[in-house]
Amino acid sequence: MFEEPSHFILTVEGLTVSFDGFKAVDGLNLYIAPNECRVIIGPNGAGKTTVLDLICGRTKATGGSIQFKGLELRRMREDQIVHAGVGRKFQTPSVYEDLTVFENLEISYPRGQSVFGALAFRRDEAVKARIREIAEQIFLDGALEKKAGLLSHGQKQWLEIGMLLIQDPQLLMLDEPVAGMSVAERRKTAELLNRIIQDRSVIVIEHDMSFVEDIATRVTVLHQGKLLSEGSLAHVQADPKVAEVYLGH
Amino acid sequence: MRFLSASDPGLRRQLIGLAILAALLLVALPLGLDAFRLNLFGKYLCFAFVAIGLVLCWGMGGILSLGQGVFFGLGGYAMAMYLKLEASTPEATKIQSTPGIPDFMDWNQLKALPLWWEPFHSLPFTLFAIIALPVLFAFIIGAAMFRRRVGGVYFAIITQAIAAIATILIIGQQGYTGGVNGITDLRTLHGWDIRPDSARITLYFVCAGLLLLAAALALFVQRSKLGRILIAMRDQEDRVRFSGYDVAAFKTFVFCLGAAFASVGGAMFTLQVGFMSPTIVGIVPSIEMVIFCAVGGRLSVIGAVYGALLVNLARTSFSESFPELWLFGLGALFIAVVMAFPSGLAGVWVDRIEPLLARLLRRKTTTPASPNAPGAPEPAPLARDPAAGRRPGAPSLNALSANPLPATPMTDAARAAL
Repeated sequence: MFEEPSHFILTVEGLTVSFDGFKAVDGLNLYIAPNECRVIIGPNGAGKTTVLDLICGRTKATGGSIQFKGLELRRMREDQIVHAGVGRKFQTPSVYEDLTVFENLEISYPRGQSVFGALAFRRDEAVKARIREIAEQIFLDGALEKKAGLLSHGQKQWLEIGMLLIQDPQLLMLDEPVAGMSVAERRKTAELLNRIIQDRSVIVIEHDMSFVEDIATRVTVLHQGKLLSEGSLAHVQADPKVAEVYLGH
Repeated sequence: MRFLSASDPGLRRQLIGLAILAALLLVALPLGLDAFRLNLFGKYLCFAFVAIGLVLCWGMGGILSLGQGVFFGLGGYAMAMYLKLEASTPEATKIQSTPGIPDFMDWNQLKALPLWWEPFHSLPFTLFAIIALPVLFAFIIGAAMFRRRVGGVYFAIITQAIAAIATILIIGQQGYTGGVNGITDLRTLHGWDIRPDSARITLYFVCAGLLLLAAALALFVQRSKLGRILIAMRDQEDRVRFSGYDVAAFKTFVFCLGAAFASVGGAMFTLQVGFMSPTIVGIVPSIEMVIFCAVGGRLSVIGAVYGALLVNLARTSFSESFPELWLFGLGALFIAVVMAFPSGLAGVWVDRIEPLLARLLRRKTTTPASPNAPGAPEPAPLARDPAAGRRPGAPSLNALSANPLPATPMTDAARAAL
């Protein structure tokens, strides 16, 4: 039914987590191919965010395995998972409001990330050039010296996406990247995401169906922590089980 | 070395601040004070070491430690143990039932020097221990707490408990620690008598020099990427973690650094005051150290030094006249700072006084006909620096960024103040 596991960049099998007996994710299998853009949808409480939390190490799984490029992520610390090539964007924009846009991006620049590396870190031309390049991509090249706390909601979302991009992760996980954005910002974000998902695998949680249609390679529907349906958007939308979950009760 | 070029306005301001502090500590105070008062100031400076460490831990990193007195005490006791052993020669203690051991051990019927006191016969070991012991202890606490993601209020309470435990332990183990009296009657450091005025003055200069060194080191850390990571961690810990940083390692590092600073302060305290006792280790002194830092400005290394100096000076003058009221006054001061001036004296300086000076100075230079502003050129070095004058809102307070902020809101505030 599936290709050889080695073809997948991320192989999640039998993933389970229970909080005091409540199984938020229950025996989930998920296979992400290189350069795939997978969208996870599902009703509230389906366990979508928890799946991302489990992959990036924020929540520890109670069972199953998460293999990323042959590494078992369940046994790794969050920062080690990041260094392995997994980037995660949170649902609410998390940027450092007291620092400038430049400094926000600089902190994510993948060099000098140990204690003594950070002490010895110098802002050289390579760093500056890379930060300018990313800032241009996320429409913030004019705001580099601005404190991040002064940005609009949409700009903060872009900044956080930029902070991930600068690390050039092979797997990028985005939790509702267009939530709370204006129509214009949403269009720009879709364009941005379409550009940045080209050479990496992406997992996106999103509710906006027109947006999903725009970016998804495959769609996974979660319900009560279990896989309900998987395939192309058309396939998923035609699935009676999906209609049942969304409209049934 | 572009990093050190004076074109960076934030760095320039900090170097000027450091130079003014150096002039005050190394020239103005020694010239203006007699040996007794200078020794008193030397004692205050010891607490400034702790305040500097707290700027990094608490102000920047958001790690509030209410147990810095423990590290102060570790350094202080290590130094006191060395000095006590040197003072307890068999000749000097020949009236004891066991000559050659510290007097308080003899009073507590100890017959031999405890094994863990032995290494403190050596000055190099003692100096090493003054840095290594607090760092090791802070590392153990840090590893235990930060790896388990204990932070915020819980961390503050645990460190406070550690301070309480340390005091109880010291008082309870009288035969080994000198108990509630502490370790007293200290005389010589490697044969050099620390008690006469000339020695006190020398020790003051050593203390001030070390403090300036510590301040320079703290400024370096604050200006490095590590400083920015500390601020990022304080505000969005998860984002830092998922940007590839081992957050616990960074917290442990800055906590260890703060502990080392505090310990050096403690050692200098013992040398200048001539004793060490558990009253400087416990909960109340530990909280006072946090207040020194808050009053000076918890984001400003230089401000913290002034905070420690001024609060201690106030304590000396007030508690001579109203000893019962002092603690209430200190509490009120803390509340006032937290409510009204969360950035402390450094914030008041940057937000109010500097714009005022800049305005007065500008008026003087552009329209010489206007009446002379009284008292304007007083803190001359800062006011004379045109770059500092033009940038009233510049972020020397948190000293993170080299980027000049727009001057408008602060100058408005200054105008309102006028």
